Parts: sequence; structure tokens; C-alpha cells
Amino acid sequence: MTTPLLQVKNLRIEFPSRRGTLVAVDDISFEIAPGEVLGVVGESGAGKSLTGAAVIGLLEPPGRIASGEILLNGRRIDNLPFEEMRKVRGREIGAIFQDPLTSLNPLYTVGRQITETIETHLNVSKAEARDRAIKLLTETGIPAAEKRIDHYPHQFSGGMRQRVVISLALAAQPKLIIADEPTTALDVSIQAQIITLLKKLCREHGTSIMLVTHDMGVIAETADRVAVMYAGRIAEIGPVSEVIHNPQHPYTIGLMGAIPSVGDEVERLTQIDGAMPRLTAIPSGCAFNPRCTRVNDVPDGRCTRERPSLLPAGKTQAACWLHDKNTASVAGVSKETSHV
Amino acid sequence: MQDTMKRFFDGDVWWSFKHNPLVIAAAITALICVLGAAFAPWLSPHNPFDLKTINLLDAFTPPAWVTNGKSQFVLGTDDQGRDVLSTIMHGSRITLLVGICAVMLSMLIGITLGLVSGYIGGKLDAFIMRVADIQLSFPAILIALLIDGVARVAVGKEYHDQIAVYVLIFAIAASGWVQYARTVRGSTLVERNKEYVQAARVIGRSPLAIMFSHVLPNVTGPVLVLATLHVGTAILTEATLSFLGVGVPPTQPSLGTLIRIGNDFLFSGEWWITVFPGIALVVLVLSINLLGDWLRDALNPKLR
Amino acid sequence: MSDSKILLEVRDVAREFDVSKPWLNRMIEGQPEQILKAVDGISFTINRGETLSLVGESGCGKSTMARVICGLYKPSRGEVIFDGVDMAKVHGAELQNLRKRFQMIFQDPYASLNPRWRVGKIVAEPILSHNLITDPAALKKRVDELLTQVGLSPLDAEKFPHEFSGGQRQRISIARALSSNPEFLVCDEPTSALDVSVQAQILNLMKDLQRKFGLTYLFISHNLAVVSHISTRVGVMYLGRLVEVAETKRIFQRPLHPYTQMLQSAIPDLKMTGKQRTPVAGEVPNPLDPPTGCAFHPRCPYANERCKVERPSLIEHPDGGQVACHAVEEKRIPIRLAA
Repeated sequence: MTTPLLQVKNLRIEFPSRRGTLVAVDDISFEIAPGEVLGVVGESGAGKSLTGAAVIGLLEPPGRIASGEILLNGRRIDNLPFEEMRKVRGREIGAIFQDPLTSLNPLYTVGRQITETIETHLNVSKAEARDRAIKLLTETGIPAAEKRIDHYPHQFSGGMRQRVVISLALAAQPKLIIADEPTTALDVSIQAQIITLLKKLCREHGTSIMLVTHDMGVIAETADRVAVMYAGRIAEIGPVSEVIHNPQHPYTIGLMGAIPSVGDEVERLTQIDGAMPRLTAIPSGCAFNPRCTRVNDVPDGRCTRERPSLLPAGKTQAACWLHDKNTASVAGVSKETSHV
Repeated sequence: MQDTMKRFFDGDVWWSFKHNPLVIAAAITALICVLGAAFAPWLSPHNPFDLKTINLLDAFTPPAWVTNGKSQFVLGTDDQGRDVLSTIMHGSRITLLVGICAVMLSMLIGITLGLVSGYIGGKLDAFIMRVADIQLSFPAILIALLIDGVARVAVGKEYHDQIAVYVLIFAIAASGWVQYARTVRGSTLVERNKEYVQAARVIGRSPLAIMFSHVLPNVTGPVLVLATLHVGTAILTEATLSFLGVGVPPTQPSLGTLIRIGNDFLFSGEWWITVFPGIALVVLVLSINLLGDWLRDALNPKLR
Repeated sequence: MSDSKILLEVRDVAREFDVSKPWLNRMIEGQPEQILKAVDGISFTINRGETLSLVGESGCGKSTMARVICGLYKPSRGEVIFDGVDMAKVHGAELQNLRKRFQMIFQDPYASLNPRWRVGKIVAEPILSHNLITDPAALKKRVDELLTQVGLSPLDAEKFPHEFSGGQRQRISIARALSSNPEFLVCDEPTSALDVSVQAQILNLMKDLQRKFGLTYLFISHNLAVVSHISTRVGVMYLGRLVEVAETKRIFQRPLHPYTQMLQSAIPDLKMTGKQRTPVAGEVPNPLDPPTGCAFHPRCPYANERCKVERPSLIEHPDGGQVACHAVEEKRIPIRLAA
């Protein structure tokens, strides 16, 4: 069993505010193996972007990591001093954000930004750095890279810019890339190109990806495993095909049923009534319990009192008392609203 | 109304006020100045304009804590025997009246022009903005002087004394509207493209209705800060004009007039006649400016 | 008010924007005038009670089209005919009369409601603007009724928009749109800014309301899955032109135009059936400088010389619907069923 590349243990992110401390991410744990793509999916407010930001050390104050550990290759990175973390960032962890327009500095040429990253983290000459940059740009599908390397970001179109951002992320040969909604701002046809590119490059370079998005379709195409987040907690985590075709957590089941699909002729989409709770009003026990249709299948009102931990459920893990050994025999998790 | 009050005291702005001792001090000071000025006829120890109560023999009395001072004239008296504290209170009244009215008139002109300019755009916008640009190349004092001068000549001295305060208010307002117009125009340009305005257009509402019922409430935020700071400037402008002798007539002296009158006696040793009105002016404007600064930061969503 | 089946007809509508730099700059820099043809000759009809979706990627002009139909932009050429009446030829009171029969729902739930108005006032605006109800008690009753119909509570009328979530704000927008009892709703990406589960609620709501009130929808979206769920017919737009229009089932099961086929392939495969994909080539060209002839030819695997020169027109296809493509007309494309 190889050491996982990234280990997140009991991560808790808090925001002190004058209304009290708000817990945005509440005790989550997961791992990413070398070369694996882990999708982190959830709706807005679920805490997925914050998790990505915490891993790469870019959590904006007053948000802070209140407890837990983040380990990269067995080494703790959540408590590193600023200088140390700076070296880790870029060299070992790369980042791709949503908006290609603001991810690149409009005042510097694309080539300068990439070579700067290479020179900062790898010990190579300027000429060598430039060569590598050209190679990277070609790999990401930018035609005539030797010429375009000296162009400015505004001279690229949206999709091309995102390819440049990917080159930038891969420049120092990191082992892990955090991609936060990398295709959301792009057109559908470009999305497909970028997803294919990301998968191919990461397979070739052996890079792992933590792919944060709200788009289940992108996850289905790209990820090996997926973690479904809800109100700062992980509701379900497991291999992608299992979570999509055989969801075990009532939230995931509802979510999959709510996603329209071409060719499906359903009259009504599955509706989860209500909305994700605000940070100031997270329910006690299981955060999903006020909206859950199965809450009465668990005896003693356990869902409202006790927060469930991730329990084995079929081939995935779900944080749901329905999968506790004591309740499982009474109710099996029904699949009538699952997506297939 | 009760609901709004509750929301205000729950909000970030009040919280920031409570935690800022300097601002609280400034607010209290400003409040004291304003109340003292507003209720001067009832609160002041003497009536400096009632000729029956003024005694020339009391002239040039120094402040009470200096030798030869009298306790009934706390801050001393001027060359005509008028109690300085009372003249300050009455003078502040005129100063504040002119300052606040000028700002309100300025806001009215500026907001309307800015709103119309931003929403309608095109040639009207270009015209209004060019007028604004031209006006900005003149110092505000000069514009006020110009308007005041023209009024004097046009109306004749005697009649002018009667309407001097109004002319002054208009002159200061005319010199200050541009900042409101530009700010409101900028905000209007942003709001105009928002979907709630488009929704109103689809419903079929007239441009006038959209401007005043939809856009206006959303562009007045920054204006509040500008106005608070503008009160300080307007007061100083009025004081300057009065000091120069072209402001309020001597029968209704403002703080500026008092400073001018006292100035003549500064070097003969009767310092209190000019210094105390000067301090009053500084304290008033400083506290208003501090309040304005705090308000700007408190209302800035990015700093919260 | 005619009896015909067609509620809205759009004839050869075009809308151009002059995005040239100011005259002085142009003189000095020697730059030409730049005209953006956001919508370049579009024709279609919408029948009563149906949902027509206009789908396409950024820059295709679908949002501009929606705004032309609602009267926010005047068409540079062509006619918009609502229930037999040419919109350009009506003014004043007659235009207002027509206006209460259609409404628009917008994409951004945060910008489409005036943040300084209470919800009740927002919902009542069309009613008051068209003088439909004057008695305050009756007005309140109507507003309460509308709020309940969209799944909110009458108590919400006293609140401000910022107290609601994105999904709830869209419900308020829908309530406002329904308040004048319209027949026709133009929906500009109403669910694109919403989370998946909230989107499901809003789409279900819209379908229920359509059934209940016999509404006709023009639905603008870039999301093919949403479009396939909610539409009767679908129109695919590219660079300001309509390339294919057909019934939903036909368009998704047997896309004929090469661009439609590519869009189909590009949809992420939730079912992961491992279907064959045509990799989509290139990107949407700059709308300021569109290709000659058929706008799609630089990216089209079936383009020939005719495609580079002659712009194809929408032609009826025996399989149903209309397609604007020379290759389809000349039967050069192998028929391929989508999975």
C-alpha cells in the first residue's frame, strides 16, 4: 500500500465573526493517491473551495485552519512558516482557478510568467527554462508555441488562456494540482477540450489532481474517486462510477436525481426541498436531516442528535445512520430515485 | 420604522461606531456644537445683539481665568462689549445654517444632474459633463465670489444685505455640485445595465419613473459620505468669504465675520476676540470631518 | 388577438452594435469602423403553449435575441410579430397593452431584483404599471396569491431581496413575471446561476406553472441537458445565426447540423457509457470578424468550397425541423445516431 500523496485529517476551517465562530469545514478527512484524480463536488457553500484553498495554503484571513492536519508525502504542510510554504506551493502543489482572465498577470508575457515559475522552483538556466516553457505550451495544445510564448494574456482567447494556466500549473512539475472549477467559465465545447487535456497531461506526468467543482458531469469524465460535500462535511466518498450509479447517501441520491440528462425523458426532476443551511444555522446531528426523506427510518431520532461518521455503504462510504449496522437491516437505502 | 431602527442597531455600521472611541468623541463634540448653535437664543448667557444689554464699558474684557476677567463673560468680550461666548454661539448658528443649506441644495442639483446624465447618456450627458469639467477648473471660492459679486451689483447694496444669506447659500451650492454629479453618474452607469432596470423597462415603465424610483435609491450611498465631508468645506468656504468681507452682512455675523473682526485686535493684545471663534470653527469642522471619514470606511463593504 | 397557433413570429431579425472606437481615436489610429452583428438574420416561430429553447455558446447572440423580442433593443432589420401584431408599429397605450402579455426572467438572481425595494412592491410593479388592480386590499391579496404560487409565503412580501437565497430570488422574479397574467415568458438562462438541486426546483416549478396557466416559454440556455428536459422544440444558434431548429427528441437523437453534432459530443457523459466522441476543433471565432459564407466552416469537417462562400439558409428536412447546412442539403454527412 503506497503512501498516499495527500492526506487530510480531521480538517476544520473556522471564520471568527462578530456573530460568533462560524465553522465552514467541519472535521473532514480524505486521501489522494499518487496519480489519482479526486473530485470534490458540492453545491455553493459546501466548503469545497475552502478545502482546496487550505491545502495549498491560500486560505484568506480571517478564515483559518482551526484543527486537523494536512500532509503531503507524509510531511505536515498546514503549519509551515510562510517561506517554507512558498517553496511547496508551485514546486509540489500547483493550482488552476476558475477565471483564466484573472489568473494571469496582464502586464507580463505568458512566457515570462511560466519561465519565472520554472526558475523559482527548478535549478535550470534561462535558456533551458524557456525551452521547457515552449514544450509545455505545445503539450497543452497551443499552436506555434515558440511565437506565442511572447504574447500577452489578452492576446489569447478564453480556452487558450486556460491552457496557459494549465501550463503554468505544471511548470515546476508538481505532484499535486488543485483545480478549482477549471472549466466553469468556459463554453461547453472548450470544456470538453480542457477536461481531455487535463486528464491526458496528468496521466503522462503522473500528477494527482484534486478537482473541485459543482459540475457532476465534469467529475464523471475526469475523476477516479469523488467526495460529495454538504455543509462543510463529507456526505459520501467513493469510486466515481459507484457514487454516480449507486449513491448511498440520501443527499447524493437526491443530487443525482436533480441533474437533468439528455435523452432522459423524466417529467419531473428529483427535488430536494429547502436549501443548504447557512453557516450560522447548521442543524445538530446530521446536517442534512431537515431535508432528508429517510430521517424517520432511523430509530430514536438519531439523525437529529448524533452526527454520523463515514460508514461503509456498499462500495462507497456514506455519512448516514442508515448504513449503521443497527439500522441497515430495517431500511435498505432505496435506489428508486437514483440516476441510472 | 421600528423595524429599520432595529436593523440599524444590529448592523455593522453601528458596531463599528461603538468600537471607535475617536469617532464617538467627534460625534459628541459635533452634537454639542450643533445643539449649542441651534438653541443659541435660549442657551447663550447673553444676547449679543440686543443693544440694550451691551455696555461699552465692558469692552475688551479678557477671559474669566485671566486677571481682570469677569466671571459673567467666560470667554471675554469684544470691542463693543459683546460676550464672546454668546457671539460664538449665535455665529455658529449662521455658519451651520449656511453650511447645511448649501450642502443640501448642492446635493439636489448634483444628484439630479448626475442621474439624468448617467441614465440618458448621449449628448445630454456630454453637455453636462463638459459644464462640470469647466467648472472644476475654477477654484470653488472664485465661483462663490463671482456669484456673490454679480448679485451685489445686480441687486444693489441695501437689498443685497437682506438676501445675502440666500445668495451665499446658492453660491456655495453652485460651487460644489460637481462632485455629487460625477459620483452619482458613475453609479448610475453601473445600475443602468443591471437586470432589475431591464425588468422595469420590459414592464414598460417610463425612463423618468425608472430613474427616480429604481435607480435613485441605489446610487445615494456614496453621496452621504460626500455630503458629510462637504459640510466641513461649505462651512470653511462661508467663513472664508465672511472673513474677506463678502459673505454674510455684519448685522448677522458668522464665525468667519467674528474672526475677521477680532483679527484687527490680535496684535494689540486682545487675542481672545479672534482666537476663540477660530477654535470653535476648527473644532466644528474637525469633528464633522472625522465623522465623515469614519462613515466612509464604515459603509465600504470591502473593509468590513 | 388572432386565433392562430403561432404566438410569436420572428422574421429575418438582425441586431447590430457599433463598437467602433470613438471617432478621434479611429482617425489617429487609422482603424476601421467595427460593427458587431450579434444577431444576423434569424427567423422562427413559437406556437402557443410550447417551449422553444435557443441554445448556443457564448457570443452566439441568444441573449441579444431575447432582448430584441422583449423590446429592450430595436431590431436593426426584420420584424418581431407578437400574436399577429408587428411590435415596431405599435406605440403608446397600444404598446403598453401588448406589454402586459409578455414578461422576462433574467439570469442573475442577485441583479434582477431592486435591492432597495421590498418583495411585495417588486412583485406588484407590473400590476401597478398596467393599472390592473387599484384597490390596495385586492392588490395585497393578489401579491400573496402570486407568492404562494411560486412556493414562497405571503409573509415574504415585507422582506428585502438580500434576505433570500438565489433560488428564492428566482422565484420572486417568476412571481413578478406572472403578476400581469402574461401568456408568454422569455427566460434568459434562469437557472444557470443556481445550484443543481435548486435548479431542479425551479425547472419543476416552471413546468407546473406552464401546465397550470397555459404559458408559452422562450428559454435561453447554454446547458443542453436542461434544454432537453424542458423544451418542446430547440433552436441551435451559432455566431448570430440559427443553424438548426427541430423538436427536442429529434435534435438530440439525430442531430443533423455538424455543430449540433459537436455540441452533443461535448456534453459530459454522466452515464459514462463510453460513447464515441468527435473531438471538437477550435473555438468560436471573434464575432467582430465572422468567417465568410457559413460561419461554422473553419471548424467543420465537412466544409467544401461552397461553404466558404455561400451562407446556407434554413431548409426543411424530411426528418423534421430545419437545418442550415450545405453538407446536409447535399447529403454529404453520414447519418449517425447519437448514443
